[in-house]
Order: sequence, then C-alpha cells, then structure tokens
Amino acid sequence: MIHPFLFLKSLAEQLHIGEHVLYTWLVMLLLIIVACMVKSSIKTIPSGLQNFFEPIVASIEGMVEENMGPHGKAYFPLIAAIAFFILTSNLIALIPGFYPPTANLNTNAAIALTVFAMTHIIGVKEHGLAYFKHFCGPVIWLAPLIVPIEIIGHLARPLSLTLRLFGNMYGHEIVLMIFFTLVPFLVPLPMMLMGVMVAFIQTFVFMLLAMIYIAGALEEAH
Amino acid sequence: MQFFAWCMIAAGFGMAIGSFGTGLGQGLAVKSAVEGVARNPGASGKIMTIMLIGLAMIESLAIYVFVVAMIILFANPFTAQVMQLAAAGR
Repeated sequence: MIHPFLFLKSLAEQLHIGEHVLYTWLVMLLLIIVACMVKSSIKTIPSGLQNFFEPIVASIEGMVEENMGPHGKAYFPLIAAIAFFILTSNLIALIPGFYPPTANLNTNAAIALTVFAMTHIIGVKEHGLAYFKHFCGPVIWLAPLIVPIEIIGHLARPLSLTLRLFGNMYGHEIVLMIFFTLVPFLVPLPMMLMGVMVAFIQTFVFMLLAMIYIAGALEEAH
Repeated sequence: MQFFAWCMIAAGFGMAIGSFGTGLGQGLAVKSAVEGVARNPGASGKIMTIMLIGLAMIESLAIYVFVVAMIILFANPFTAQVMQLAAAGR
C-alpha cells in the first residue's frame, strides 16, 4: 500500500532493495550536494544559500545549548543531522513521484535506535559506571520498585519516537491516497497543506525529544 | 468469515475512541495556551512553541491507535490461520 507512482521504482526493483532505502540514498545525496554548495561559498558577509542556512543552523545551535547545557554542545552535529534528514524526508512526501523514507517503519526505527544508543553511550562516557545509579531512583532502598519502571520508561522512548513519526507520515500518505481515489480535483490540497505543517512539527518534536533524552543522560543524578 | 467483520468493527471503533480522548486533551492544551497569550501577549512565541510540542505529544496517542487499526486491517497476523480454518471447515 505505497505510492502508486514512484519514479525510482524500476531502479529499486533492479537492485532488489526497498524503495525506502533508495529514497534514503536520494535524500542523503541531496543533503550532501547542498552542504557542499554552501561550504564552497562561505563569505563573511553571507549571501544566497549561506544566508538561508545560517538562521536555521543558529537556531538549532541555540536550542541545543538551551536544552543540553554546556556539555551538550559537542552533540550538535548529531541533532542537526537528525533534524535535516527528517525534515527533507518529510517534505519530499508532497512531491508526486517521491516516497518519503520516514513513512516506512525501518527508517524511523533506525533513527530512534541511534538516539537510544547515543543516550546510554553518552551517559556512560560522562559519568562512568555510576551512570547506572541513575536508574535506582532517589533513595537506594526504593531501587527494586524504581528499576523496572525506569527500564520500561527507557524502552518506551525509541518505540514512541518511531511510532509517532511513522504514524504521522504513513497516515498522511494513506489519507492522500484515499482523497486521490475519491475526488482528485482540488480536495487533496488542504491535506497537502497540513502535510507541510506536520512535516515541520514532527521534525521539531523528534529533535526536541532527542535533545531532552540526551540531556537527561548528561545531567547529574537526582 | 465473521472474523473479518469484527476486524472492521474493532478498527473503526478503536479509532473513534482514540480520537475522542485526543480531541479533549488537545482542546485543553490549546485552551490554556490561548489563555496564557491573552494574559501576556509578549510571551506568545514561547507559549506557542510549548503548545505545539504538547499537541504533538498528545497527538501521538491517537497515532498509536491508528497504527493498531492499520495492523488489524492490513497486516493482520491471524488472517492466514482464519483462511485455513475456513477452507478446512467447508
């Protein structure tokens, strides 16, 4: 139940890979080309493409600093990469002939598991093995009660990140397909406008949650 | 064959109940946000940011229901078993 018309479909069938992998490569290629174009023309007085990206990068950096504190600035590339990749993937859903890789469960699970792994790796890197005392709660004799709750809470995080993004993107695709089946003339347009809004909001929420989880691992214990 | 009828009913009612709770929850969030902006119009940027984050969190509950409904309808793990039982019973 995917997009009926994808312009890279024959390439995906020849290489025996799923469309979502192929379109992930397309998004990566797009982002790398734009990044190289911006990098090669950096001037002190910005103009053109640099002018477009500077406020975006500056605002992401501001949010990273605000949410993750001074130790968190080193993780800005991870958060910015996640934000740009998810934003581009969500926005190409609105172009006919393109399939958003975030409408597939696997892409979202990959990004969410990356954030989950980074949370714990950063926690151990910052605090050493004392990081696992974070799971025991404020008082040590409450630990047998609190450890299962914390474990379930931590396991629920990548699940909710994945399902939230997947549900939004896949649901939007399904609704658009149903509208195109029923009344293709002008009725899908409001849904596409909502698609633009949903793309930005879901990117922002994913990025913010990733920052909050990593900040939770960086901060001191209760 | 009644299995498929119940699947449809479950997906439809599940989605309806899920949207009901989400609608109420998001309505309360927007109510508080609008009241906050009315009291202090200068803070409208921050309030809108927090409101959007809250709305996305609440929306994700409806989306979990949607994913379960899609699984029931399109990726049902019991369809093969039911078809086997129906063919064997005939």
